[in-house]
Amino acid sequence: MSARLMQGNEAIAEGALKAGVRFFGGYPITPSTEIAESLAKLLPKFGGTFVQMEDEIASMGVILGASLAGKKVLTASSGPGISLKQELIGYASAAEIPAVIVNVQRVGPSTGQPTAPSQGDVMQARWGTHGDHSIIVLSPWSVREAFDIAVKAVNYAERFRTPVILLTDEIVGHLRENVELPAEVEVYPRRAPKCSRAEGYEPYAPDEDLVPNVANFGEGYRIHVTGLIHDDTGFPSGSPKVTREAIKRMHDKISRAADEIIEVHQEFTDDAEFAVVSFGGTARTAYEAVLNARKRGVKIGFVRLVTIFPFADKIIRELSKNLRGLVVAELNFGQIVNEVERAVAGQCPVKLCAKYDMTIFEPEEIEASIDELIAEVNGNG
Amino acid sequence: MVERSYEKFFRQNRLPHLWCPGCGNGIVMKAIVQAIEKNPAYTQDNTVIVSGIGCSSRASGYMDFDTLHTAHGRAIPFATGVKLARPELNVVVITGDGDCTAIGGNHFIHGCRRNVDLTVILFNNNIYGMTGGQASPMTPLGKKATTAPYGSVDRPFDACKLAEAAGATYVARSTAFHVQHLVKTIEDGLNNRGFSFIEALVQCPTAYGRRNKLGDPAKMMAWMRDNAVMKSAWDKLPDDKKTGDKFPIGLFYRAEAEPYDAAYHHVQELAGGAAK
Repeated sequence: MSARLMQGNEAIAEGALKAGVRFFGGYPITPSTEIAESLAKLLPKFGGTFVQMEDEIASMGVILGASLAGKKVLTASSGPGISLKQELIGYASAAEIPAVIVNVQRVGPSTGQPTAPSQGDVMQARWGTHGDHSIIVLSPWSVREAFDIAVKAVNYAERFRTPVILLTDEIVGHLRENVELPAEVEVYPRRAPKCSRAEGYEPYAPDEDLVPNVANFGEGYRIHVTGLIHDDTGFPSGSPKVTREAIKRMHDKISRAADEIIEVHQEFTDDAEFAVVSFGGTARTAYEAVLNARKRGVKIGFVRLVTIFPFADKIIRELSKNLRGLVVAELNFGQIVNEVERAVAGQCPVKLCAKYDMTIFEPEEIEASIDELIAEVNGNG
Repeated sequence: MVERSYEKFFRQNRLPHLWCPGCGNGIVMKAIVQAIEKNPAYTQDNTVIVSGIGCSSRASGYMDFDTLHTAHGRAIPFATGVKLARPELNVVVITGDGDCTAIGGNHFIHGCRRNVDLTVILFNNNIYGMTGGQASPMTPLGKKATTAPYGSVDRPFDACKLAEAAGATYVARSTAFHVQHLVKTIEDGLNNRGFSFIEALVQCPTAYGRRNKLGDPAKMMAWMRDNAVMKSAWDKLPDDKKTGDKFPIGLFYRAEAEPYDAAYHHVQELAGGAAK
């Protein structure tokens, strides 16, 4: 297969399509619009449906309806739009509806700095909607990986019946690279009921992996779907026991598979005394900074979070045992650094390298943070 | 024993319903299943009932179809998704005056504009009932609510005019008193291939009638009987007679237009993916 020059946003559209997405609902917003534009063209070629809705809330509603009717679904937006989508991201969590939400991050809060790059929506991706809920958040650093992660996001949404946030940024979304895309990818099929209505089918009864096999609409199961706390039948329940079990199961279905979901890209960590932790577009600069520092003889490792949530607690904790210090580079005022500090739990110093001036990092800026950390650790900072 | 063939459309194990004694919602819910019963194209397995949040929207849980109780105001976007994903399914939306014309107002007009093949039934009780009687965009001027203790000064929507102006292809109004008419009105709405909108006036004795001294439920229904004027008669009525509480019911608007799923099917044909 020949290489194609494409944008990160286009690669996300291609990946989603390859993973079986046949329905997209969206609303125009820079820097995510190319995903909608690509799918407006591509989806009808595959018998799929693209619909531009009246607002971001409707865009979430329409994909959740389509998902319940059996389609694999996607929507994409950026900060202001993602804020509006939170309501129904919560609905997707509560009613366990597979859906992928792409956030191509730009500078916020509010209209912010359109449409300069940022990574300021990390904690929103985790906690944006109200109430206790679980979520999967993935972040690519290249155009090719944007394709792979789109496939993965769709597969996780289907497997765990959960909203999945594909958290990218303007850097990767608008990056153009030459990529070769695979002809085939592994696709997780829509889960199906294991027994009939007559055999006592309950749509929200958990399977062995704690995920329910909710029937699609129109297949004769006559199920009820609600955002109210419900029992295995799908109908609302006012019982404390049902409430406790429902909320716990929603968390457990993802946390018990965390080791499988969590992906961390590490290089040069075997001999490392220090390391840089980063993700998404910023990791590209961090990588350069690590290479430069190593050329100067600094024993520094590169750690990139591909899965942002569930957070790589164990990996970071184990890593930090053998390190003298960590730099966390992120294009915001400091968000993922708190997660890193929690995981490190004081085993080594953690230094934040934050940037929030609408420009991307230069390798020298991250290198300077590395040098400062080393100086501080060596007691001459 | 009276044969109640429509009872099969209800989830008997979910009844009794949570509505207050004297509430009109049950009448409209029954009218919906009676209209469905008369239409052989609508079966329990190919019909999806979608509702928002509020008193009326609880109806979906009692009805034995695939049912979707969504978030406040969002029934129409969810229903649009179901219909566009599976155009062969029939989709009925149950909503209330607050759900449809306040928080869901934007979705309502855009659903009409696209002419999505949905039958939307708005249970208009003139109030937010579930939350205890706050003014809605369809609370009449001067009527009292917990959030309008001196009488509402907000001019109300005429949801039927709104639907017509926004592009719905079937627009009608009926009431919980005019049961036969209500069933026929919903039946015609189900038959329309496109966005059908039916406003069904219902009495809310608990949160609206009591505060406005409208009497018991029977009296509230007698008010519907005495003030509803069939469209044909309403049109002949001189303007100086269209006074007081008088309001028109019946079919207001009907038009032929391609439903959205059919229009999008053309897109799929143009793109070469219609058969996939």
